[in-house]
Amino acid sequence: MTKLVYFAWVRERIGKPEEEVFLPSTVETVADLLLWLKARGEEYENALQYPEVIRVAIDHEHVDHREKIAGAREIALFPPMTGG
Amino acid sequence: MPAGVVPMVRIQRQDFDIAAEIGRLTEGRTDVGAVVTFSGLCRDEAGALAALELEHYPGMAEAEIARIAEEALGRWPLMGLSAIHRFGKIAPGENIVLVVAASAHRQVAFEAASFLMDYLKSRAPFWKKEHRVDGSEGNWVDAKDADDQAAARWNSSR
Repeated sequence: MTKLVYFAWVRERIGKPEEEVFLPSTVETVADLLLWLKARGEEYENALQYPEVIRVAIDHEHVDHREKIAGAREIALFPPMTGG
Repeated sequence: MPAGVVPMVRIQRQDFDIAAEIGRLTEGRTDVGAVVTFSGLCRDEAGALAALELEHYPGMAEAEIARIAEEALGRWPLMGLSAIHRFGKIAPGENIVLVVAASAHRQVAFEAASFLMDYLKSRAPFWKKEHRVDGSEGNWVDAKDADDQAAARWNSSR
């Protein structure tokens, strides 16, 4: 099982802050994960309509969409950051 | 990096005291010649904004700002470096973020504080949601290209 956590409008559109999912072995990269999630239902489609804008962190570190996700404990999906 | 400089990073709901944070870097020593502070405040956007709701990613927010601070310590001869970022509901006029950089000379302190803020804005996992005065559903603040460009300039200039 892999823990997925969501923030800001990604969290609001998916409708939950986090979930545990069992990822099929075909989901190898961050890009694969975004496509797989997007097909899980209307709320995911709504949140991940433009996957290229979604930022991703694996175990608290920023990664790009080509990153392999094998071994990840926690994967976070969120919009571009607006702190400061 | 100067030996023994450990950046202080805090993520907190409550306000901070700028004078106390400067004192933390300067008290008991006589070698600091320059302290630069930057504080970011919540604007009211011409009276339309009632508050900003700051959401953050606990754990990663601290880790990411600490990574940026370590990067700054590697680039400039700093004597102290602090960053505080608030979360939760913040009203116009209130503080959001503080950076304090201490060094022997001003240029180093100015540059390090600027670098830390530029990177913090584009890499620290915080998101702002608007609460409008008229009670309508506020928007999530959009990220600005200018902030990414501000961070990118540190790659080309050094």
